[in-house]
Amino acid sequence: MTRAFVLALAAALALAAPVALASEQSPTLAELERELVCPTCDTTLSMSNAPIADRMRADIRERIAAGQTKSEIKAALVEQFGEAVLAAPPRSGFNLLAWLLPLGGLVAAALAVTLLARRWLRARPAGAATTGGPAANGVPPLDPALERRVDEELARFDA
Amino acid sequence: MTRRTTLVLQAVAIALVASLVGLLAWQVVNKEAAAGLVSAVQRGETPTAPPLDLPELEGDGRVTLASFRGQAVVLNFWASWCEPCKEEAPMLEEAWKRHRERGLVVVGVNAQDFENDAKDFVERYGLTYPVVHDGPGSSLGRYGLTGFPETWWIDREGRLVAYAQGEFTQEQLDANIERALRRS
Repeated sequence: MTRAFVLALAAALALAAPVALASEQSPTLAELERELVCPTCDTTLSMSNAPIADRMRADIRERIAAGQTKSEIKAALVEQFGEAVLAAPPRSGFNLLAWLLPLGGLVAAALAVTLLARRWLRARPAGAATTGGPAANGVPPLDPALERRVDEELARFDA
Repeated sequence: MTRRTTLVLQAVAIALVASLVGLLAWQVVNKEAAAGLVSAVQRGETPTAPPLDLPELEGDGRVTLASFRGQAVVLNFWASWCEPCKEEAPMLEEAWKRHRERGLVVVGVNAQDFENDAKDFVERYGLTYPVVHDGPGSSLGRYGLTGFPETWWIDREGRLVAYAQGEFTQEQLDANIERALRRS
């Protein structure tokens, strides 16, 4: 199972690498439109028909035609409009926090759930988890006299 | 988990939430302060103009609002792709030439624009007044701007005296210049 998973992961990575390289070397307008933001409307270029978005699209087309890579095009637009023009923050410097914090949050949440689950399991009385006895759900067992009376009432009801 | 560890974790969680709430509050207060400038001027108040320090569009120098203290300022925010800005540019150039001897300076703030497009615009309309470039538009929020063009008139003491959202009329431009030039 684990071996199959590792093999599948390796195959996926091996296939993804050339695709990413092609995208970097020969980016398309559609790709860049999804990865860049229109500065006046705060939506991606693909969702904007603002005048500045049209102008940015024209600029990107010219740069693609001139053979610039995706990183070069993005860097040129960042120089003009600042880092806010990137739909996703760069994975460096302070912006790295935007990528790491959600991951850190997930790890912390998983750790907290594991610790709490262990604590709850330890707090349960011995044998409760396996026998499924009357105290398993935290409800105290019935008084024998009361239990006998319930049985008598049920028998009378069935008759 | 020991009681001490639990307390430390709780303190960290509370500090994290408090800092996020603080950041949100800071952003809200800043936005409201900028929007408050517009409503204050509309009520007839004259709040102090927020500081401005931006690079020249052409040249290596910087332009600060503080350097114009003692002069009245027309601060016009524009972009080359903005249609009404094309109507305003010749009016601003004419006003600058007509009133500069009286102590008026027009400052154009080109924002959210390609630098080369802005330079072409300046050349096409023959603008000779100082123009600064703010590509990311970092100054827009401070002045409570919502779009282009928008214009502030600032008096000789650096106080905001009038504001126009969208294209101004010639009458508005002249009347507000006289107001800004008036000595208090």
